[in-house]
Amino acid sequence: MTAGAAPGAAAGRGATLRLRPRHLLLTYPGAMLGVFFLGPFGIMLAVSFFQRVEGAFYEPAFVFSNYARLLSDLFLNNLAFSLSLSMLVAAVSVSLAFPFTYLLMRLSVRWQTLWLVFLLSVLSLSEVIVAFSWSVLLSKTAGVSNVFVWLGLLDSPTSYAPGFIAEVFGYGYLTLPYTVLMLYPQMSRLDPELVEAARTMGASPQRAFFSVVVPTMRQPIVAALILVFVFTLGIYLIPQILGQPQHWTLSVLITDQAIYQSNVPFASALAVFLLVTSLALIALTFVLGGRQRVGRA
Amino acid sequence: MHTEALSLQGITKRFGDVTAVDGVDLDLPRGELACFLGPSGCGKTTLLRLIAGLEAPTRGRIHLGRDDITDLPAHRRKLGMVFQSLALFPHLSVAENIAYSLRVRGDAKRDRRQKAQELLELVQMPDVADRHIAQLSGGQRQRVAIARALALEPELFLLDEPLSALDAKLREEMQIELKLLQQRLGITSILVTHDQREAMTMADRVVVLNAGRVQQVGTPLEIYRRPANAFVADFIGTSNLLRCEVADGTRVRVHGHTIAVDSLPDGLRAGAGATLSIRPEDVRVQAGTAAEGDGRLGGTVAFVRDVGQSVELYVDCGELRLISHVPPRDKPAVGQGDAVAVELPAAACTVLAQ
Repeated sequence: MTAGAAPGAAAGRGATLRLRPRHLLLTYPGAMLGVFFLGPFGIMLAVSFFQRVEGAFYEPAFVFSNYARLLSDLFLNNLAFSLSLSMLVAAVSVSLAFPFTYLLMRLSVRWQTLWLVFLLSVLSLSEVIVAFSWSVLLSKTAGVSNVFVWLGLLDSPTSYAPGFIAEVFGYGYLTLPYTVLMLYPQMSRLDPELVEAARTMGASPQRAFFSVVVPTMRQPIVAALILVFVFTLGIYLIPQILGQPQHWTLSVLITDQAIYQSNVPFASALAVFLLVTSLALIALTFVLGGRQRVGRA
Repeated sequence: MHTEALSLQGITKRFGDVTAVDGVDLDLPRGELACFLGPSGCGKTTLLRLIAGLEAPTRGRIHLGRDDITDLPAHRRKLGMVFQSLALFPHLSVAENIAYSLRVRGDAKRDRRQKAQELLELVQMPDVADRHIAQLSGGQRQRVAIARALALEPELFLLDEPLSALDAKLREEMQIELKLLQQRLGITSILVTHDQREAMTMADRVVVLNAGRVQQVGTPLEIYRRPANAFVADFIGTSNLLRCEVADGTRVRVHGHTIAVDSLPDGLRAGAGATLSIRPEDVRVQAGTAAEGDGRLGGTVAFVRDVGQSVELYVDCGELRLISHVPPRDKPAVGQGDAVAVELPAAACTVLAQ
């Protein structure tokens, strides 16, 4: 993030708008970004103002009816649920991945590499496979509750899916590897003497972790929270398989509108709305998270 | 009554197949500054970390005063330690860094603040309490790290090459300042260093380590004047180390030359092999030739290095090359290729058993 901001700041200081050879280097990434990212986004933005034609597709227009429709309780509640779910998953994922990455640093480089390869291989699984595996694992007939019965923890097997907890499990499974891979480079640069210094000053290992490691790693933690938050907003298969209809996210509704209801203008409006809301939240996180400037020793 | 502040008994530390510290016995008197001195990989830092509780010994016991602290975790040992990287907390201000241990102990905020200010005055930086660590210079960070390690008024003050990040001039100043601070507080301290000049400047007692073993313990001058073995003689300053054979109780033979010595180590008989050590500043060189005798050799100047503050003469005496350091004003009027007389005074010759 900081690295991305630096060239812009340097260009701004230059003040003159003369074209230099190094600016030409930016034309390639600029063009790619325009063609493959801004173009489709512009089309989607335009379509969100189009008029839907019953029984057909849509026609160009400039109406606000799509946006007016999403300001209903149904969609606003759904938006609130989606954002809360993503925040919860981000918090769960980072609070699991952070101690895990910290403990990973204590292993030999060989074991660290094996763990990272394993996590990368988890990433190669498709969302569908993950969702169905969890649904089997949490089912009544073949699920983990049978193990609990066998252990004497439960009287009879029960089903944990579909449900909210199952949905969070599925989300967490997808995001955990990303979170670890995101925290790993920063954590590996953490000076181990920081923790040792805290220990010689009377801090127990737990206290040293919370009073030194966590605050020192604040920026990577905020970055990982944002990444998981944004990443999970777009997930639309897991809620349908592991959640009940009341646990469906806005992404599910967008898919539903676009594919099954053939209402692409309304789906576009929902997508734009989701994008704007999440951007606003991310900006808020930056303002709150970046307020206390942290010096690097 | 216990006069030892710290006592190590048979301390051994193995990492897998590597023995980092090998059977170290050591007693350090109260109030002194001891230096662990040795080349990199000699086990000096490991030994310090064992004392701090950051590593557990494979064998041996560690006593702090009367207490056996071998099995005590690091955070219960109450030692002050300055780390090589300084390990200042980047998310805390200077005062918060210094007061960290007091906060862990549960001191009230006002007491912490007052103590931090006192410590900052002790290290002569009264005005930086509210700055961030990133805003400090290298020397200032150094002082903050020292102040932080002293906050709990520890019985033992450990320093792991704390000055290595400073430039040469600042390092020399800090050595003297740190030594004066240690003397003023009378705190038992251990400094780990690979810089023999730093050890000579600061230490009351030098512990020379090599390959995980203690080579010699003594005052800086003892170590310099009477090295216990060839390793110490070579590592501390520079030395002419000559393979020799014992001739009788007062003489050794080196490449056919006979050299008188004051004393021999116990147990060396005539015919035994040994090493003769003589410091370059004790090797006297005069122009002209001299009769060969006990400690007098004839030779030729092979090379002269005049670096201003001292003159180094390389003299070949047959197969033997000797290095002599003389002050510029005593420089003999000789040049490369001239014949000279070399004198090795018996009092300056140390014979080291092999």
